[in-house]
This record gives sequence, structure tokens and C-alpha cells, in this order.
Amino acid sequence: MSGFFKSSIGRKVAMALSAFFLMFFLLQHLAINLLSVFSPEKFNEVSHFMGTNSLVQFALQPVLIFGVVFHFVMGFVLELKNSRARNISYAKNNGAANSTWMSRNMIWSGIAILAFIILHFIDFWFPEINTKFIQGDWSGLHNGEFRYFHELQEKFVNPLRVGAYVTAFVFLGLHLAHGFTSAFQSMGATAGRKKTLQTIGKAYSIIVPLGFIIVALYHHLNHNH
Amino acid sequence: MNLTLKIWRQKDSSSKGQMVDYKVTDISEHMSFLEMMDVLNEQLVNSGEEPVAFDHDCREGICGMCSMYINGEAHGPDRGVTTCQLHMRMFKDGDTITIEPFRAAAFPVIKDLVVDRTSFERIQQAGGFISVNTSGNTQDANSIPISKHAADEAMDAATCIGCGACVATCKNSSAMLFVGAKVSQYALLPQGQIEATDRVLNMVAQMDAEGFGNCTNTGACEVECPKGISLDNIARMNRELMKASI
Repeated sequence: MSGFFKSSIGRKVAMALSAFFLMFFLLQHLAINLLSVFSPEKFNEVSHFMGTNSLVQFALQPVLIFGVVFHFVMGFVLELKNSRARNISYAKNNGAANSTWMSRNMIWSGIAILAFIILHFIDFWFPEINTKFIQGDWSGLHNGEFRYFHELQEKFVNPLRVGAYVTAFVFLGLHLAHGFTSAFQSMGATAGRKKTLQTIGKAYSIIVPLGFIIVALYHHLNHNH
Repeated sequence: MNLTLKIWRQKDSSSKGQMVDYKVTDISEHMSFLEMMDVLNEQLVNSGEEPVAFDHDCREGICGMCSMYINGEAHGPDRGVTTCQLHMRMFKDGDTITIEPFRAAAFPVIKDLVVDRTSFERIQQAGGFISVNTSGNTQDANSIPISKHAADEAMDAATCIGCGACVATCKNSSAMLFVGAKVSQYALLPQGQIEATDRVLNMVAQMDAEGFGNCTNTGACEVECPKGISLDNIARMNRELMKASI
């Protein structure tokens, strides 16, 4: 089995498995984000649960971080190996004749998403780690009220940050437009299911990033500051 | 028609190559691309220059020998054809055509447009066969029941002529369409089952050892393949490898 993951196909499968995990995580993240639009109270409750539950914090969170890091590192490793497989480039190459822009530029959409994740960590994750693990405050309260919704709205006041988030979600959509079906293809999905997968993939790659964009824009336009 | 050709010239495998411009005149639109190359070479020989080396054999679209990356596409802009079946009517008078060898670290240039594709042979030798006793008591293949669907799919996979257009086209120089087709043609038939595990493990290991890149499912290979080999063969190879590894 260890030989399998050293082979080119094994690495494809590993990329696909981490992609499935991350795509599932995105759905869960979007569902919680949407709560902030419909019910700030529920959003606060769920955020507090996710932020303080031991299973989420000490089991799921490390797995998620491993999944993210693995997907990026493996993506870069494979890109490097693939670029070495052609030592002289073509003087003229018409890639658009046979493949989509998204499929040829997964590394660039991936780098854009990586840049976003760094910004997102600085915005939300690092302050959260600081509050809980350095200051030791697990109450989730600020001035006697849950702080999560307030912190979320505060972040989306700055139009530059909102612009960066929206741009990043567009790149996420482009990445998913190829990545969704590609992951299934790597896992050996057959022709019979290809059309269905393409339809679901198209819907997922539009609806999920659009959902995140709507949440960001909603809070930018409706903040109480 | 009159054309300007930008052609990769390289003296031998150890020399550094470069693009060189040539003019050809009075090319008939009914000529095949290779016949146009013949006209150029006759012109070069008559003027005492070294003709352009390029691969070709049957010139009927079935041997897989002719290669060339023409105007940024393997076997040129037409679909479902090899370079010998590409006709000059696909181009216009006054066009500039860029002609390069198939590019991949696993397909080193031998001279000009000729590349060494023996890496494909080594992958085939690693498992692209079935071991059959051919001493005279071989079982008649027709006596083994095979579903029509499986037979058709196996035949479709077996139409791969090993030209290497998939590798040349793939942005990662991946050989997975070729190897997928060769694995599939046996995986679909009862005769291929006995050696199925070793076949896929050995062929994929050899493919990796040759330095081909990794498939990222762009689908470019399927579009450019002169025989229309489907991406489903790559998916089947992936399933075969997973099955063999577990």
C-alpha cells in the first residue's frame, strides 16, 4: 500500500481524497456562514460550539489543517514533477484548443486560494487561537455577549478586505470547476456517471463560492458600525 | 498556396536546436502534410542543404509513426487524424506554420522532428501482453464467451497506435492515456485477468520510471488522440491499480 502512494496514480488518488475532504468542509463552513445572515443568535451558538467542543478543536481541526497543508504541498510537488517531465517548452502551444483554462491553471488558482487562506488565518484563526490558547479565554464572551457575530461584521467593514475575499472566492470557483470532476476521475469514475458528475460539479463550483461571496457582501452592506 | 514554415532543426540528440524559417511555394491543398514536407525536403536537397528529418511509415493513419507538433497541437489542427492524414486544406495561403517535435523528457529528440519513443516500448514490455502457450495447442479465442459491450470497449482501447500525441499534448507530458488504453484492452477481457495485478503494477511503475508527468485530468489527450481513445481508460487504469494495491 505504501508503494501505491509513491506511484503517480497513488498521488493522484491522495490529492482526490484530500480534495473530497476539503470540499465537504467547504459545505459545512458555508452552512455556518449562512446562519450569520439568517440568524445571528444561531450563528453565535454554533460558532461557540465549534470553537469550544473538544472533538472539533482537538480532533477535527488538526485533521483539517493536515488536509489543507497536504493538498497544497502535494499540489506543489506534483506541479514541480510535471514541469520536469517537459525539459524544453514548445515555441507555440495552443492549449485552449483542447482543454479549459481552469484545468491548465490549477496551480495558479491554488496559489490564489493559498494567499486567501493566509489572509483568512490572520483575520480569524490566529486571533481565535490567541484568545483561547494564549489568553485562556474559552468563554466566547465580550462585554457579556457572544463575540462571534460582532467579530465577523467588524471584519467586513473594510471594502478592500471584502474585495480580496470576493476575488479569492472567484478563484475558488475556477479551481472547483475543474477540481470537482477531476477528483472523481482520479478515483476512477466511469463514463456512465461523467455527465451527472459534471452537472453536480458545475453547480457546486458556482453555488458554494457564490454563497461565501453573498455572506461577505451582506455583512459589508449591513454592518452596525 | 505559399507558406512560411518555422521548423525545429537539431543536428543530433546532443546538439542544441533552434527554429529555422523556410518558404515553400505552389503547395496543393490536396497534399497531405507529409507530402508538403517532402516538397520542402526536395527543395532543400536541390539547394544542397540538409533535409528535415521526420518520422513516417504507413502514411495511412494506422502505424502511429508520424508525429510533429503543428501550430501548437499534436498532429496539427484537425481532429481524429495523424499528421499523414492532415491535409493542407486545413491551412490558408500565406500562413506561417510552426512545426516542432513532440516535447517530453521521456521522448528525447534524435534529430530535427524525430523523437525517441522507445519509452513506450519499455512500458509495453513491462506488462502490455498476455502469456499464451503458442506451441500449437492454443485455445481458440472465439470459444471464450465475452460480452459484446466488453469486446467493443476492449477493441476501442486496442485501437491506440502508440503515437505519443497524448504525451506531446498533455501539459504534464503524462503517458496515462497510452498506458490506460494498454491496461484496459486486457483488463476488459477474460484472457487478461490472470496477469492483471502484475500488469498494472509493472506498467505504471515503468511509466513513472521513464519520467512521464502526472495526469491532472485536463482531457487534452482525449481531444488530440488520433484514435479517439477515451479518458475512461485512465479511470479504469486507476481502478485497476487501486484494486491491485489493496
